Amino acid sequence: MHPAKSVILFTTASGAGYGLLAWMGLLGAFGLLPAEFWLGLLGFGIAFGLVILGLLSSTFHLGHPERAWRALSQWRSSWLSREGVAAVFTFLPAGLFALAWIFLGSNQGLAGLIGLIAALSCIATVACTAMIYASLKTIRAWRNNWTLPIYLLMAALSGGLLLQVFLSIWRLPLAETFPWVVLLLFVLTLAAKVLYWRELGREEGGSTAESATGLGHLGKVRLLEAPHSESNYLMQEMGFRIARKHAEKLRRFVVLIGFGLPFLATLVGLALPGSLAAAAAVIGAAFFALGVAVERWLFFAEAKHVVSLYYGESRA
Amino acid sequence: MTSLPSQSGPVKLGLVIDLDICVGCHACAVNCKEWNTSGHSAPLTDTDPYGADPTGVWFNRIHTFEVVSDDGDSRTVHFPKSCLHCEDAPCVTVCPTGASYKREDDGIVLVNAEACIGCKLCSWACPYGAREYDEDAGVMKKCTLCVDKIYNENLPERSRVPACVSTCPAGARHFGDLGDPESEVSLLVAAREGYELMPEQGCAPVNRYLPPRSKANPAEVERAAPLVATAETADGSAGLLARWVDRMLTR
Repeated sequence: MHPAKSVILFTTASGAGYGLLAWMGLLGAFGLLPAEFWLGLLGFGIAFGLVILGLLSSTFHLGHPERAWRALSQWRSSWLSREGVAAVFTFLPAGLFALAWIFLGSNQGLAGLIGLIAALSCIATVACTAMIYASLKTIRAWRNNWTLPIYLLMAALSGGLLLQVFLSIWRLPLAETFPWVVLLLFVLTLAAKVLYWRELGREEGGSTAESATGLGHLGKVRLLEAPHSESNYLMQEMGFRIARKHAEKLRRFVVLIGFGLPFLATLVGLALPGSLAAAAAVIGAAFFALGVAVERWLFFAEAKHVVSLYYGESRA
Repeated sequence: MTSLPSQSGPVKLGLVIDLDICVGCHACAVNCKEWNTSGHSAPLTDTDPYGADPTGVWFNRIHTFEVVSDDGDSRTVHFPKSCLHCEDAPCVTVCPTGASYKREDDGIVLVNAEACIGCKLCSWACPYGAREYDEDAGVMKKCTLCVDKIYNENLPERSRVPACVSTCPAGARHFGDLGDPESEVSLLVAAREGYELMPEQGCAPVNRYLPPRSKANPAEVERAAPLVATAETADGSAGLLARWVDRMLTR
């Protein structure tokens, strides 16, 4: 699948934003974060900034961005529509929670309840984003049991690393324990990703050039001549596929730079005093952002669509 | 509404494509383009048509496959493909706006260009590559089964078939109601063991393909073969004339 920059930015930025929002809602509601003015202003500022950047970016690849509001109507059948509804709804509890935190100095009691609702809405929105991909039968690399948990884990990890930056700058007591949560998330996410890659390598999809043409009873089917001498929309959008050796290099990059370095930074940060710990948290978040971008690029580039069976592939 | 109609009507209009007859002339694709560029989804935009990298919107494409059997016998199969107007159309259910819909009356899958936001998700959901993005108009387009032709009372009745069907010089394309088991197309499908593409995708396509007929009786092929061998080896099994020719030529 063609890895469109707008879609990569959408899923990664909104994932990080919803992750941070969810952590603030969750930890704030349980009294683990102080309802402090600047912490609220910067924390929610960055979280909403990332979410809005992501949502705007998702409209960049539309043919008619001005009609995007129409996408809220088909939530009965469409995961993309559900994602839009969930994203719009999340602004309500998250916005109220942010206002209560910043201007009323309150993130517990009623505000805490609203914070919990915001956190759940964030999780639901990321889940809907994942289901847009996980529901497509045409793409085996997406329609499996890994897509949903990996999207949720990646969002929790992105948001968690951003939160750790705030915790260490504010020198909050949680800065001593939260890194362990982040480290656990690293292990879980990497395990899920490695298992996903193994499954991707182990079995091929159930559709073949023979089933696509229905000519299997006559023998082995091979494309002799494509419909056009030039490329077409289908080949550009669905035909993109990264070479295996490049994919392997990029997977190593994700594991070492995207997961390994931030993992070490988080671990080292635990032993460092205040300002150095904050620097370690910033470095960890920055490298993870790079890793997420490559991971998401690979998510598209490694995905083979069954329509490629009509354009020379033998199995998808 | 992009949910599929709760009760699909009895009429299921669709195409039956005879892979035994198709000669791969691409006339159906050309006439499809010709009709539809001024029809329901007009225009079928071309970008850079005379330049170095021409591309454009097509509703119908002809692929050519080679099929090689286990004993090395090969055949060429021309394979036209357009929207199969699936009963369980994933392009319809994934549409977030309701622009993509399946008609209850005849099962035709259409796009409302006024409501389409051009998110392309329908093209990702379709296993058959029936969805086209018009870069110029910013909306998705697709085969309409010539909805503006098949019901057009200004045309003589025999012309009220999709453009691809009326233009096929070989008679490889048939149009009709596949929901009626007694219709001509349904009888044809039954007689020739017509099949659907990629049934494992679970889309329940309406269009059917008729398989290429098997080649001449293998026994006859067997009997004919030694004649060729004879000219080379002139063994005792060859005919009198062949043996004589062989002797004259080897002298």
